[in-house]
Amino acid sequence: MSKTFTMDEREIPFVEGQTVMQAALADGVYVPHLCAHPEFKPHGSCRVCTVKVNGRHAASCTLAAREGLVVENQTAELRELRRELVQLLFVEGNHFCPSCEKSGDCKLQALGYELEVKTLHFTQLFPDRPVDASHPDLMLDFNRCILCELCVRASAEVDGRHVFALSGRGIDKHLIVNSESGRLADTSIAATDTAVSVCPVGVILKKGRGFRVPIGQRTYDAAPISAMPEGKKP
Amino acid sequence: MQAVDVKGLLERHRHDPTRLVQMLREVQAAEGWISPTRITELAGALGLPRARVEGVAGFYAFFATTPVGAYRVLFSDNITDRMLGSVALRERLCAKLGVGPGEVRADARVSVAVTSCTGLCDQGPALLVNGHAIGRLTDARIDLIARCIEAQAPVEAWPPELFRIDDVIHRKDLILSSSLRPGEALRAAFARGADATLEELLRSGLRGRGGAGFTTGEKWRAAKLAPGPTRFVVCNADEGEPGTFKDRVLLSRYLDLVLDGMTVCGFAIGAQKGFIYLRGEYLFLQAPIEAALAARRKAHLLGRDVLGHRGFDFEVELHLGAGSYVCGEESALIESLEGKRGIPRSRPPYPVTHGYLGQPTVVNNVETLVAAALVTVNGGAWFAKHGTAKSPGTRVHSVSGDCARPGVYEFPMGLTVQELLDACGAKNAQAVQVSGPSGTLLGPAEFRRKLAFEDVATAGAFTIFGETRDLLDVSVNFAHFFAHESCGFCTPCRVGTTLLKKSIDAIAAERGTRRDVKVALRLAVLMRDTSHCALGHTACAHFLALHEKFKPTIDRRLSSLEFLPTFDLDEALAPAREVTGRDDGQAHLEDT
Repeated sequence: MSKTFTMDEREIPFVEGQTVMQAALADGVYVPHLCAHPEFKPHGSCRVCTVKVNGRHAASCTLAAREGLVVENQTAELRELRRELVQLLFVEGNHFCPSCEKSGDCKLQALGYELEVKTLHFTQLFPDRPVDASHPDLMLDFNRCILCELCVRASAEVDGRHVFALSGRGIDKHLIVNSESGRLADTSIAATDTAVSVCPVGVILKKGRGFRVPIGQRTYDAAPISAMPEGKKP
Repeated sequence: MQAVDVKGLLERHRHDPTRLVQMLREVQAAEGWISPTRITELAGALGLPRARVEGVAGFYAFFATTPVGAYRVLFSDNITDRMLGSVALRERLCAKLGVGPGEVRADARVSVAVTSCTGLCDQGPALLVNGHAIGRLTDARIDLIARCIEAQAPVEAWPPELFRIDDVIHRKDLILSSSLRPGEALRAAFARGADATLEELLRSGLRGRGGAGFTTGEKWRAAKLAPGPTRFVVCNADEGEPGTFKDRVLLSRYLDLVLDGMTVCGFAIGAQKGFIYLRGEYLFLQAPIEAALAARRKAHLLGRDVLGHRGFDFEVELHLGAGSYVCGEESALIESLEGKRGIPRSRPPYPVTHGYLGQPTVVNNVETLVAAALVTVNGGAWFAKHGTAKSPGTRVHSVSGDCARPGVYEFPMGLTVQELLDACGAKNAQAVQVSGPSGTLLGPAEFRRKLAFEDVATAGAFTIFGETRDLLDVSVNFAHFFAHESCGFCTPCRVGTTLLKKSIDAIAAERGTRRDVKVALRLAVLMRDTSHCALGHTACAHFLALHEKFKPTIDRRLSSLEFLPTFDLDEALAPAREVTGRDDGQAHLEDT
């Protein structure tokens, strides 16, 4: 008899050590998320996966599954909180989907559709974030960064290069690269690095392949993010 | 400014990456900023990725990663500083020196900016010059500071009177009237034995004085029972909550009691190592603390076989912060102690099982450790006789704002707000902010409430606003504080604190609408429900309370409109007019 917890009146089985989100996804129940990724240790910064557990809010990506938990996932209240979090991410950066190479493959955009973000609601901050096109094979467009740290984690844990890190704090927190010049060209990054492919938005882009897949034939053009099997998401 | 000897610096810190924040502090102090070259050198020598060192340097407010003035003046920007006229004093200094606020003067000699509360609220307004605190600012003292800077006198050679810090104590009780000698609590602990010492602490019912009120004995017991090859004791002397300064007085006057408390904790839980995490603003306490540690080593109160007690070794190391409020949160503090960015960890696991370097760690507030030392000598029953059933003992309050006698007051727990107002000579108080910006705003209708965990919980700050104050100014100040101090880890706090600041600024500038209020109230819910740590959970509390209890304060500044653009539409067309060389009527919006 496996252990279970309840999510929106459905019994979710789990094994010891799984988080609430991992157990739910493994059972085919979608919990919206951005900074969580099956190959990396969860750290709970985007908060989009917020659920309600026994009446209290918690990030499901860092919450250990326990026997008998009563978890709310798809409720109107949580949908609204998650929509607002996605809106905060949109107003924090400069996101212009129609001209973005990642349009249709972007998790932030896909979540915008999923959570019915129809306006930005909050005041846009319009930050000044220059792009870094110094590298021959790659470019960085910091305007779209949502600070999920997936590239930081991938470069450190998988690629073993520590190309990315975060600096600053508060609203000035920003992605930096591992070179005294601050330029990507002066780091040890390679276009084949996991840190490159793991970016859920349009920050880390490979040069020379823009719009190779036409808009309309991209990942989330086929189906909403909630219907995509976890492993297939970019 | 003197170039730092990097090799010597690394040797003094044993090439230990956990001392990174301490090393960066020394580079900052010696060279006035932390240059890209120094970051590369330190990273190379410590075997850390360069970007990680840059990330640490970029996190703490006192580290400048671009050059600032050779004299870096940071005005304390707590609401109490403002109430005492700090804005005019800052303008005066800027005018004298010919430098704009937040700018570096062309000759690079000086820059003037603001920093969060420096803990001198009872003797403000205050500022830091190259990290050294100066209080009781007046026009005359500002002029003297300007002259010292223009004369290029080293800060160490400025008149010592400028740097005098007073310990203003108005009422003493259990703690402040203690006459225990150094080591007395330790001898009592050795006589009782480790288990009985812990039992005595549990019997006292002592709850953590940092604000959350967790039972101290339970915390010690959890750390003692947690598996791990080693254990740590941390004294949280980060005292960053604006309006609190009582730990400064405890560290200045009762340091041996603090160290006795730490050592007793080490003995009770089986730790050999303790840390004092002192906020960077209290640089003036560094030398006295180092001297006290040296004296205790000499007196065998620290070191091998403490006081001859075979098998009990205990050492204490001092770490300084570098300008980060969130490092007062115990897991962020531990990250900082490990030489990292001060980001609160995901909890559980809690520090009592997975703390410093992943080992069981007790993190206690300064006052908690002092109380623990007293309990060790006098017993749990003695302590529990004072205060209330749910909040035993006394509380040391930091009183500032509109009153006749600001300073430190120790009273039994359960004192009413009105009683404390009477004690400090506060007449006609309009409101009191209890426990700082993250705490509770109380109006006169609530002055009968008790300062205790079961009613109005407090970490010790008590800030009084007289009847002539505009409470919206308080909210503006607090909103700026939280936006400045958010670590930026989680989305709601990182973006929410900045949006809230913008909304409240717009209201204060009479450009706010009902929509701004609605957005602010909604942000409050979002941040409370989805933030990663307590900073985000409480960052909107001040505005919620203002809206609930003092709504006219907000309403009278609102525009009658539902919506007002955040920018001037006609002004936005100016570049287009310039490019087209037009300035006729049709090149302007009709209604302007």
